[in-house]
Amino acid sequence: MAVETLIVLIPLLPLLAFFAIVLFAHRNNALSHWLALIAAGVAWMLSMIVFRRAVQTEELSRFPFAAAIEWLPTGSAALKIGVQIDPLSAVTLFFVAWTVLMIFIYSIGYHNFGQPKGEHDRPGLPPHGAEIRDGHGHVHRVPSIEPMYARFFALISLFAFAMFLLVITDNLLTLYIGWEIMGLCSYLLIGFWYAKESARNAMIKAFLTTRVGDVFMLLGLAALYSLTGTLNYQVILNNPAVLNGLASAASPLAGVSWAGLIGILLIIGTIGKSAQFPLHIWLPDAMEGPTPVSAMIHAATMVSAGVYLVIRFFPLLSAGWDGHHLTLPMLVMGAVGAFTALFAATIALAQNDIKRVLAYSTISQLGYMIAGLGVGAYVAAAFHLVTHAFFKALLFLGSGSVIHGMEHGVFHTGENIDPQNMLYMGGLRKKMPLTFWTFLAGGLALSGFPLITAGFWSKDEILSGAYASGQTAIFWMLAAAALLTAFYTMRQITLTFLGQPRSHSAEHAHESRPVMTIPLVILAFFAITAGWVGIPEYFPAVGGLLPNWFEEFVGSMLVSHGETAHFSLLPLGVSVVVALGGLWMGWLTYRGVVRPVDPLEKPLGGIYTLLRNKYYVDEFYQWAFIRPARWLAETLTDRWLDRTIIDGALHSIAGFGVWLGKSLRRWIDLPVINGAGDLTAAGTRNLGAFLRSLQSGRVQIYATVGLGLAAMVAILIYFLWVIG
Amino acid sequence: MIPLAWYLIFSAALFCIGLFGALARKNAVAILMGVELMLNAVNVNLIAFWHYYAQMRSTPYVHGLAFTTMVFVVAAAEVAVGLALVISAYRRRQTPVVDELTLLKG
Amino acid sequence: MNGLQVVFLLAALVSLFSAAMVVSARRMMHAALWLVLTLMGVAVIFVTLQSSFFAVVQVLVYVGAIAILIIFSVMLTRRVMEDHGDQILPGWRAAGLVAGLLFAIIVGFLALWQGFTTMLVELPADADNLLDLGQALVSPQGYALPFELASVLLVAALIGAITIAVDRKEDQHG
Repeated sequence: MAVETLIVLIPLLPLLAFFAIVLFAHRNNALSHWLALIAAGVAWMLSMIVFRRAVQTEELSRFPFAAAIEWLPTGSAALKIGVQIDPLSAVTLFFVAWTVLMIFIYSIGYHNFGQPKGEHDRPGLPPHGAEIRDGHGHVHRVPSIEPMYARFFALISLFAFAMFLLVITDNLLTLYIGWEIMGLCSYLLIGFWYAKESARNAMIKAFLTTRVGDVFMLLGLAALYSLTGTLNYQVILNNPAVLNGLASAASPLAGVSWAGLIGILLIIGTIGKSAQFPLHIWLPDAMEGPTPVSAMIHAATMVSAGVYLVIRFFPLLSAGWDGHHLTLPMLVMGAVGAFTALFAATIALAQNDIKRVLAYSTISQLGYMIAGLGVGAYVAAAFHLVTHAFFKALLFLGSGSVIHGMEHGVFHTGENIDPQNMLYMGGLRKKMPLTFWTFLAGGLALSGFPLITAGFWSKDEILSGAYASGQTAIFWMLAAAALLTAFYTMRQITLTFLGQPRSHSAEHAHESRPVMTIPLVILAFFAITAGWVGIPEYFPAVGGLLPNWFEEFVGSMLVSHGETAHFSLLPLGVSVVVALGGLWMGWLTYRGVVRPVDPLEKPLGGIYTLLRNKYYVDEFYQWAFIRPARWLAETLTDRWLDRTIIDGALHSIAGFGVWLGKSLRRWIDLPVINGAGDLTAAGTRNLGAFLRSLQSGRVQIYATVGLGLAAMVAILIYFLWVIG
Repeated sequence: MIPLAWYLIFSAALFCIGLFGALARKNAVAILMGVELMLNAVNVNLIAFWHYYAQMRSTPYVHGLAFTTMVFVVAAAEVAVGLALVISAYRRRQTPVVDELTLLKG
Repeated sequence: MNGLQVVFLLAALVSLFSAAMVVSARRMMHAALWLVLTLMGVAVIFVTLQSSFFAVVQVLVYVGAIAILIIFSVMLTRRVMEDHGDQILPGWRAAGLVAGLLFAIIVGFLALWQGFTTMLVELPADADNLLDLGQALVSPQGYALPFELASVLLVAALIGAITIAVDRKEDQHG
């Protein structure tokens, strides 16, 4: 089969699985997950084949695998849709296929397939657990199967379809379609347990917040189409004439070129989708969804799509960049990314929910990538995107495994504690060894533990890129964010796995089933080794041992890349110091926690409260946007404008109308109209009585009358027109 | 080489025979037949005048033909509805005789 | 008197005679068969007028469809009043008077017209151009609107005929 056909099949299979589950298989849990799993598995296999072919092809960036068909005829030209695999989409496809497959497998275990049904379980609520009686007559509470098990697999299949579509497409419009379908899936999956009010609020918040970004992105898309007449990547991005034209044409905004304006609009789309400041507020709340969803949508794939968009459009965003002065979109990305990286990392310090820490960490790491792109470190940003997807999916799935183990303990002891709160954990290292070691691998990769982990190599490249670009402020912000990242990661590992259990539930937690731990092991493998394909050649000691394949492969995407690989010890030293220092400090601070209280709460005081409440951004939005909007709707529009002015006007018009009608009736209607009507009726009755005698009911009489009339008309015509 | 008058007289005669049939017959189907005769007479008239005008103008001339087409259509529609009425009335009253069908008598 | 005139006169006589039989025949079935003969005669008249198309249409539509329909109706309604009783209304003399009067008036008026005695000569070969007729029927400058109305009329008549003639359950008791 031609490789293009394989590419087209990749997204179609999960879509078919979605329809098959929704239409036919939703009553059968096993059939549902097998359909989803087979679709994801075959898509994974096809992705690997395509990836292998892509790697073996010479000059793939100039001659990507591409096929297109005409879709909509629009006036003179036809809108085309098609597929395209170039180095960037090939590596994206690689990590998307892996993480999707792992998460699909993991979900079977997470949703307790094979466990009994709970007596009190309702669709729309997380399972409450079921009571079973063992052979000795003891009653145990065990986890019960998710009531909407099949629906979950249908939705994640649809999600996988959208993500694959977004990756393999060759134009911005199809990307946007996949982007929006993912937004829908994200909405549905965050609110998967829709009977929980918090989940409902979170789903609406996520949808509305990302929508703010999407509207701007759509504007950028429309502007790009109206200026260039196409949305195809190759035509726009591999064409210096188009890029220079856009960079030199002035936009309606004073002092900004069209390339700058479109770039900023697309970046706002990314800010919404990848949860960057100031639109980051939805991602932590999105943790209301099931953990595989958090892992897949809100860590590995969907939020990566935002970064993928700006990496993809980097040639446009950097159009006019001479290697020294950053363009406006790059400055925006650098500022937003670096600020978000630091900002989110500080919030993560004070969160106790194991998944919320990871959510803020995700925001922070995405900010890292965007900042890296802002300073021109194109390859480094793409590299960090790949490694981050692996280790963050790993961390989320690991946290899901921990929560699962804790829930088991809660069922066993009947304690009333939040199974996601890290302060009640501790000592899980011995209970859940596999989860611990894989989580440790992911955590070290996240904090950038030197040399062995993937996160170190990609993060180090972003830092050296920031240093090389001369943006000292961005560099130091990113370095501080890296320090905090290492600190809160160690806090999380220490609180969760090290020390002694701080609750009875934690004492009774136990390891998850293999269907959950095997994906963890596979992802842990990538969290370590994915970095080895991108070791810079100039790196002391280990540089050059393995060829820097990633840089060569993805770097060929840029027509001319301004990245100069001059080595400097400072960023390397900083990155090693912050990673190790942060980890060490985190361990020092949290190793001795015995009671479920954060040791930093007292010393930091007000700052801790500020961080704990996420800088009150939500409250600020509530005050600055939602309350005014509500006031506008309820008080101004409804009470004053609608009820007072418009209703008042209508009521007076109506009153006048009633008065007018009454007087008309008295003076005109009753004497004149009714009188005339009565007269007409009487006349008609008399006439009818006369005509009745003519009505014999015989057709022939009627025909004769008709004939006579026709003859009279004919004679009239003859005398009036023919003779006269 | 036939005079126009012959056609006109023929069609007038046919029309009047049809009219007589329509007025004098008892059976509803026979009345319809009379109407058909009248319509045919009209058609003969139209075609004859078409011939006359085509000859006068010595150019192709389609108006008479177009009118004739319309008459055919109307005749077909009339027969379809008329006979359906007859059948329906016969089914209800067991008679095709219009003399007895005086439901509309005022 | 040439051959064409002889043909015309023969056809006209046959037509008028059978038309008279149509309106006077006692048996309905005979009247219907006489009607067929009349219609055939009229078709011949059309031929003498060089309107071959309408001669064919006359045979197809009138003889082929309308006359058959009439025969069917006659057969469906024959049970009553078929072979006994008078087929003519009591007031037939009045009807004859009206018809005769009308004939006199028409012929009288036509005779006053100066074109009455025009000889109809043979038309050029393309006078009866079906292409022109067809185009006139569908061209917006020609008869497109009447043509469309006629088609709507036909459809309405078709549906109406079905609706009227359909044998409803409750009607069987009526």
